[in-house]
This record gives sequence, C-alpha cells and structure tokens, in this order.
Amino acid sequence: MKPSLEQLTQDFTALLAPDAGAASPVQVVDFALRGINLDVTVTPAQVVPAAQLLDRHGFSLDTVTGVDWLAQGQMEVVYDYMHFAVNIRVAVRVRVPRDNPEVPTVSAVFPGANWHERETHDFFGIRFAGHPKLSPPFLLPEDADYHPLKKDYKP
Amino acid sequence: MSALKEIKYTGGGSIQAPPDETFILNLGPQHPAAHGVLRILMEMDGEWITRAEPVIGYIHRMHEKMGENRMYAKFLPNTSRIDYLAAMHYTQAFVGVVERAAKIEVPLRAEYIRVITGELQRISSHLVGWGAFVMDLGGFTPILYAFEDREKILDLFEHICGARLTYCYHRFGGVCNDVDDFFLSGTREFVPYMRERLKMYRKLVTGNIILRKRLEGIGIMDAEMCRRYGATGPVLRGAGVPYDVRRAEPYSIYSQFDFEIPCYPQGDSMARYLVRMDEMEQSLRIIEQALAKIPEGPILGKLPRVLKLPAGDYCYAVEAGRGRFMIRLVSDGKDSAYRLKLRTPCFSNLSPFEEASRGMILPDALALLGSLDLVIPDIDR
Repeated sequence: MKPSLEQLTQDFTALLAPDAGAASPVQVVDFALRGINLDVTVTPAQVVPAAQLLDRHGFSLDTVTGVDWLAQGQMEVVYDYMHFAVNIRVAVRVRVPRDNPEVPTVSAVFPGANWHERETHDFFGIRFAGHPKLSPPFLLPEDADYHPLKKDYKP
Repeated sequence: MSALKEIKYTGGGSIQAPPDETFILNLGPQHPAAHGVLRILMEMDGEWITRAEPVIGYIHRMHEKMGENRMYAKFLPNTSRIDYLAAMHYTQAFVGVVERAAKIEVPLRAEYIRVITGELQRISSHLVGWGAFVMDLGGFTPILYAFEDREKILDLFEHICGARLTYCYHRFGGVCNDVDDFFLSGTREFVPYMRERLKMYRKLVTGNIILRKRLEGIGIMDAEMCRRYGATGPVLRGAGVPYDVRRAEPYSIYSQFDFEIPCYPQGDSMARYLVRMDEMEQSLRIIEQALAKIPEGPILGKLPRVLKLPAGDYCYAVEAGRGRFMIRLVSDGKDSAYRLKLRTPCFSNLSPFEEASRGMILPDALALLGSLDLVIPDIDR
C-alpha cells in the first residue's frame, strides 16, 4: 500500500469533481520550495471524505492549523498529512466564513485529530461539528472565553 | 483481573462499569513521574485504570502568538524554549523554514556544524530521557551517570554559544559562532568515550532483569495506533516503522551520511527504550563522519538587509529528539509571520495515552508514560 503522487492526484480529482474550466483544486507543488508535495483545496462538506481517502492510502494526520484571514472575512483550516512509508506530504485546506466558522470533525477518521481540533477551537473559535469534547478550553485557562489567535483579539 | 474483564468499552471511551466501583485519582499536576506540570485524571477500578485522560495546558505560553507579533530574528530565542532538551533541533527547524521561504543559501561548513551539534543534542536529550525513565522505575543511579556524560556535551555547547540549555546557536543562513579546535577535538574525544559508556549502560541497566520485567510487553502502542494518532520518533520506531525525518524528508545534509534507523517491532516500553539506546550509537556514527569531512569556509550565508518572506505558506520538518517537529509558516510578505504553527512531537505522542493505558495497572502506566519521554513545555507550547 504505497500511494504515488499521480494516483493521489487522480483520486482527489475524482473525489472533488471540480468544474471544468475552473482552477484545479488539486495542485502538485515543489517540495523544496514549500515543504509539501500536494496542495488540495476542499469545501467543508469534502473535509471528511478527503480524510477518509487519505486514511485508505495509509496516511497519518500530521497537524491541524487554523489561519484567520481577517481582511477576507474568512477562517482557514489546514490539515497536514504525512506518510510513514513514502515521502508524500499532503495539505488539505478549507475556508469557512469568519462569522460562522464551522467544519466537520475528522476525529472519527483520525483519533489524533481530537486534540488538534480542540487546540484549534481554543485559539480561533472554529467549531468542529461532531467533535466529542470542544469545551472546556484545552490549552487555555479553564475560564477562557476568548480566542487569542484571532487577528482582532485584544488582550 | 476478573473484575476488569467484565468491563466493556465502546469506541468513544465511555465506561460502563457501575460508578460505585470506581474512584478518581489525580496524577499531577505536581508529580515526579510526570516530569513537569502534566496532570492525568484517572478513573480507577482498584489498581486498574479504566480511563486516563491527560489534562494539559498548565505551562501554555502561546509561542505561536509570540511568533506573530515579533520579527523573525526576535522569535529565534523562543525556539530553544519549546523542548528545552532538544533546543538545537527546534532552532534548526525555525531557521530552516525561513531559509526555505527566503531562499537563503547556507554555507557547507555551517551545515556540518548543524549536523554535529544536532546529533550531540540528540545524545544529550536521550541521556536525560534514559536517566529519568530508569529513575521513574526506581533505579536512581543511572541518571547520575547520564548527567555526567551530558555535562561533557553541555561544556562543548557552552564553549561555542555561551549557553548550556537554551542555545539559540543557529542563525538564518548559518550559525552564530565558528567552531574551534577546542570544540572539534573535544567532540572527537567524546565519540569513543561515549561508545564505552553505552557498552557499560547495556551491562548496568539494559540487561537488568527487573527493568526487563517492568518494560517487556508493557504499554503496547502498535504501528496502526501510532498512525491513527500521528505519533512519531522513538515511539513510532519502537512499533517497527522505520520512519525518521532525516531520511524521509532529508533536510540539511543528512542525505550524505551513512546511518541506520534503529527499529524494534514489539511496540512495548522496552522497544522504545532500546530505540533510544541504539539511536545514540547512530548519532555517534554521524558525528564521526561529519568530523572527518567538515570543510573550512564561511559559517554565515548572504542575508538581505531586511528579512521579509514572500507571501505564501511553507513547511519544514526536522527529526527532533522526541520525534517529528514541523513548522508551518504563513507569510503575508511582512517582516513577521502571519501565522506560525508549531507541530510538536510530544503533543501527538501523548494523545494515544488514553487508549494505550486503558486496562493497565497504575505502575505499568507510569512505565508507559516514562517510555514516551515527554517534555511538558513541548506539549503545551
């Protein structure tokens, strides 16, 4: 079970079914420049299918990163995946509206996502629908009702 | 044991044992076996653990926010304070991601120095892990030997950068001080010395029947569990997966060195112990090769006057003492990061603990905890 980059690109293109003519959501990028091999943009509904696809190929979840794009009014969640047998690093990114940031949890696919998503919820207030335990705060103090990595956060 | 077998677990971890049979035990946040402020909330059925939930965040310092509100060079000292036992690796990852984004060339001599200091750091990190682990199991003597050896490495580091713990030795494009004869000859003498010490450690500790009985078959974390949780480093290699970032995503000049990836298939605490012992020998091999080939030349590359990274996101991973440390840096073209994500190995290595410790007796769970070799500031950041 050793996936190749071409195989993954094909599988992702089949899964995401992009509109003809639009920019492809699946991009092969130069590892030396970016530190990843495959950059995939998905919609919130495609987050879990994408995780299941990578799970079938034997990938492991590296980390979950939130990014607050204040100017665009969006929140981004980046899922980094790694593989222990082949050197392929995949980043799956999804953008949600900043006033209602919610994406489905992938903790049912990768239990390691549980902690990463709790941390991302602490820092950004992004809700992971279906997550078993988003509160109380994980890394922040028990009574924290703020999200310190939001760009408009004032201490 | 009979009482335990009747307890059925469901996927989400909810426990069906009658509540009057169990009690709650708080391990930590101040407990010698936790090596820092880690708290584990344990639901016990007599001596057996029905559920153990790590509660973290007691020394959370928000390094990621600090990364956003200061210039790249000013964040550099922070990187020594995440995993304070493997400061060289963490600083190397941060300068690595900035060099990747800004396309800064690093002179060859500096890369050799980074490899030598990185492998010395790995040995000193494993020595503390080894000594503290055996101390957790009740053997006090080994940590004194370990610190005697580690002292020699710290003396060498102090000579080149003035610090003994939080080095901040790397710079964007190289390192801050050239190594001199004192350091190079000291390292040359250290290699055969450490080889003899490792032989002695095997006689003193590794073969010890009490240690074997405490560790063999205890705390199984198999390859599939490591994959589902993203556990890396000696934990993953102790489950038989030869994954090492130095090989998988070769950074610096690691591709030029001949070394093995120690790997044990058992997945128990003993396997993780043995991986660390073997890794120290491999690090000595790398140091020996690097010392033989280190070239003369500059130690710092050409840098722009004002360091601004082109907009975009960049990843860089290193094999730190405890596993894969990855930085994801999002830049918007300014002189500080827009977002700096620190993916630390101990965070992902501890998260399977709840699943792995289920049904164990408490002293065995402490052996498992020790075998993970946790550094708590690395988890909390």
